[in-house]
Amino acid sequence: MQVIIILIEILILFAIVMLHVAYATYFERKIIGHMQVRLGPMRVGWHGLLQPIADGIKSFFKEDVVPEQADVFTFRAAPIICLVAMMTSLAVLPFAKGWVLADINIGLLFIFAMSSLSSYGVILAGWASNSKFTFLGGLRSMAQVISYEIAMGLSLVGVMMMSGTLNLTKIVEAQGASFSGMYVFPQIIAFFVFCVAMLAETNRVPFDLPEAETELVSGYCTEYSGMRYAIFFMAEYIGMMVMASIGTICFLGGWSGPFEVALFPPFWFVAKVYVFMFFFIWIRATLPRYRYDQLMEVGWKLLIPLALGNIVLTGFIKAFTG
Amino acid sequence: MESMEVARRLQEQFSEEVLDICDFQGQVGVIVKRDKIVEMLRWLRDSSDLRMDHLMDLCGVDNKNRPEANLQRFEVVYNLYSIPLRHSIRIRAQVPENDPCVDTITTLWTGADWHERECFDLMGISFTGHPDLRRILLPDDWQGHPLRKEYPLKGREEWSGLVELQRKAVELHQFDLGKGILRQPAAEQSHTKGNDKS
Amino acid sequence: MTRPMTKTINVPVADGEGDRYTVKMGPQHPATHGVLRVDLELDGETILKCTPHVGYLHRGFDKIAEHRTYAQSLILSDRLDYIAAMANNVGYCVAVEKLLGVSVPLRAKYLRTMVCEMSRIASHLLWLATHALDIGAMTVFLYCFREREVLLELFEELCGARLTFSYPRIGGVRQDVTRHFIDKLQRFINEFPGNLEEYETLIDTNRIWLKRTVGIGVLSGQEALDLGLTGACLRGSGIDYDIRKHRPYDAYDLVDFEVPLGADGDIYARYRCRMEEFTQSNRILQQCIDQLPPGPIIGEDAPDLVMSLQGSRKVEVDSSRYGTGLVRLLEESGEYPAGDIYVSTEVPKGELGFYFISDGSGKPYRMHIRSPSFIHIGALPALVEGDLIADLIANIGTLDVVLGECDR
Repeated sequence: MQVIIILIEILILFAIVMLHVAYATYFERKIIGHMQVRLGPMRVGWHGLLQPIADGIKSFFKEDVVPEQADVFTFRAAPIICLVAMMTSLAVLPFAKGWVLADINIGLLFIFAMSSLSSYGVILAGWASNSKFTFLGGLRSMAQVISYEIAMGLSLVGVMMMSGTLNLTKIVEAQGASFSGMYVFPQIIAFFVFCVAMLAETNRVPFDLPEAETELVSGYCTEYSGMRYAIFFMAEYIGMMVMASIGTICFLGGWSGPFEVALFPPFWFVAKVYVFMFFFIWIRATLPRYRYDQLMEVGWKLLIPLALGNIVLTGFIKAFTG
Repeated sequence: MESMEVARRLQEQFSEEVLDICDFQGQVGVIVKRDKIVEMLRWLRDSSDLRMDHLMDLCGVDNKNRPEANLQRFEVVYNLYSIPLRHSIRIRAQVPENDPCVDTITTLWTGADWHERECFDLMGISFTGHPDLRRILLPDDWQGHPLRKEYPLKGREEWSGLVELQRKAVELHQFDLGKGILRQPAAEQSHTKGNDKS
Repeated sequence: MTRPMTKTINVPVADGEGDRYTVKMGPQHPATHGVLRVDLELDGETILKCTPHVGYLHRGFDKIAEHRTYAQSLILSDRLDYIAAMANNVGYCVAVEKLLGVSVPLRAKYLRTMVCEMSRIASHLLWLATHALDIGAMTVFLYCFREREVLLELFEELCGARLTFSYPRIGGVRQDVTRHFIDKLQRFINEFPGNLEEYETLIDTNRIWLKRTVGIGVLSGQEALDLGLTGACLRGSGIDYDIRKHRPYDAYDLVDFEVPLGADGDIYARYRCRMEEFTQSNRILQQCIDQLPPGPIIGEDAPDLVMSLQGSRKVEVDSSRYGTGLVRLLEESGEYPAGDIYVSTEVPKGELGFYFISDGSGKPYRMHIRSPSFIHIGALPALVEGDLIADLIANIGTLDVVLGECDR
């Protein structure tokens, strides 16, 4: 019985997240459109509201081309690795008090593990396609994930120290219900590092080097088409959502808000996640792209020292104030 | 300095080499032998009172149908300009038909590299000492040099690459692919094929 | 179940020495601005050797022109640099006028200067758009297209075409401007500085933009001269060479403008040069409007056809041979001066030169086009070897090449 309930819960979560992913693309295209003095999708449905559905159907029915020299099994598996890893991390996210599939004690660590795993999908995709552009994309992704994973992990150590736990629900509770109780204020350095590393982790502008359109055509997914390409796309958006959720949980106080919304407890959580999403999109519309070596420089020379400094600072403050 | 004066200076310096000076609509061209072209251009570039530092243009000309009698079959035309002193001159190096080659000036201007390759490609004048003299605008397996006067405006036969593409289209046609592409040539090709068989 | 995973993988295995491998970028690559192919020899992401290949768009203009009258070849110049076709048209006409000794009325000169500068702004807008997009700044792209659209609409109003204009004629221009056109242009001139500020806000002092452009693709003045670069690429290295000032044509000696110069010779310097040129072009446009004199728009001795406006002089309609409505130009042999001439104009990309040899017949004996893009692509290896792939993209953007002009 327990298993069936969990399965149903998983299904519900899956459906809701997929819907959100679909409309996150719509959200992005509309916002970026309006930022760029154009309208975005307008044709399918009212103001293009059915565009994501149409896109989904289209990519589902497109031919799935496998390059002649590709390693077929790895090529086919890569997008699924990406998607599965990203979806799995959704299990530990608390959307509201008690609204969580698996309330485990190492939630934060689990998410790190999963997001690193998803980069394997990218690397394998780049390698298995047997094309030089995808290969370069895969390599870039590897280097990027390795360097920014560290910065991101270190930035969250401050949060862990303040809350004294890795359990995401408890982290939210430790921040208290009040607005000023958010960790974003005491952990402002960590928040900055996190925001930058978050962009890099999800391969978004200005760190979208693995799929740099103008350099590597489309990076690791150059050779993908149809549904498999769409799966990469979905994984990227789920990745954005997961990162936005971590940001919300660790720095913005999760589901707590100025007032309770009666029938829909995760209201504030979703709202904050969408603020993050907006931030992602806003950055994309504004900034140019870093170069590969400059990206490394930012990661190793700026973010990691900052995050380390933040840990020391937090430690001192904690030691002296108790 | 007036262009004419530049031409006179050049004639003084290289009296052996300069064959003729012509003036048309205010522009001065100096017809020279090809042998010392590099020295002449170097002298024009490096003399402190001339300083022709900008190679505006380099191209080949086929003189086959030109009325002037004193010209060889080909010539290579160098248009020089002095950015600091603002004067220009045109050097026309004569190249005979039986041995169409000139010394390269990539040693003076690296930018002449592609100019010379283009001239070689389209006019068939080769440049001695050029680091990488290949065809540039036309495919590597192209026959002939299109800007020569005897080259027809419309090619005698299709380029081998296109013929190959057409053959491929015929091949794909059997599998009901490539339906839209090259329908007309495909039909022609299959026609000739049929003839071969019979 | 052990499947040998490396069986079919041959990507990273060296096809050169050591860890080197080659990547063929283009001709269908999103950042090569058309059909440029660049063969790269790479070590990791560092470019060891760069070999550009051109010619995919070669149409043989030099040869075609030998078989057409001067007036007929005008349309070939549209198809050179299709981003700024108007400037090419003017360049062609100026060259033929000098060759044939045709005079141009003052009003036509001003009109040509005006359309040239409009086309310079339109071309630079597209350069900025694609250059920024290459480096990853997406919004600038669409902002630039907004203004380019206004200019293209103006062109459309002027001559009915948005891409291939053929508006200037040998000895003048085809149509006069209307009051409405002038008003619309005036509105554009007034609004443009504000728009320019918008682009600059987005990228001018943007940290990432600076990191990607400052100190990248550096050329000293001597090197740039050596490579034959012209236009903003040469001026970015501090060499003051602008044909509009050096050998003024049309009304450029009657209007007041400055030639912006860079000092560092890197991508940023070239970027700044072109951004300043926007302002200067805008100034010239304003002066053209203010000083536009009344008078005829085409010279009396213009040798070519001016359909409907100037009657049927030297034009014969031969519907049996060419189909209804097509116009055939009479060849007039022996009427034209014989000689050779090289005339260049400052188009947005650099120095566009036409070398004509006339043998006195109505057709050029030889026409050679010196296109700036051709020379600029030739300079690409000198700019990028030793840099990273990302810099190659930035450098292609900064050279501002159009392959239609390069391949001719």
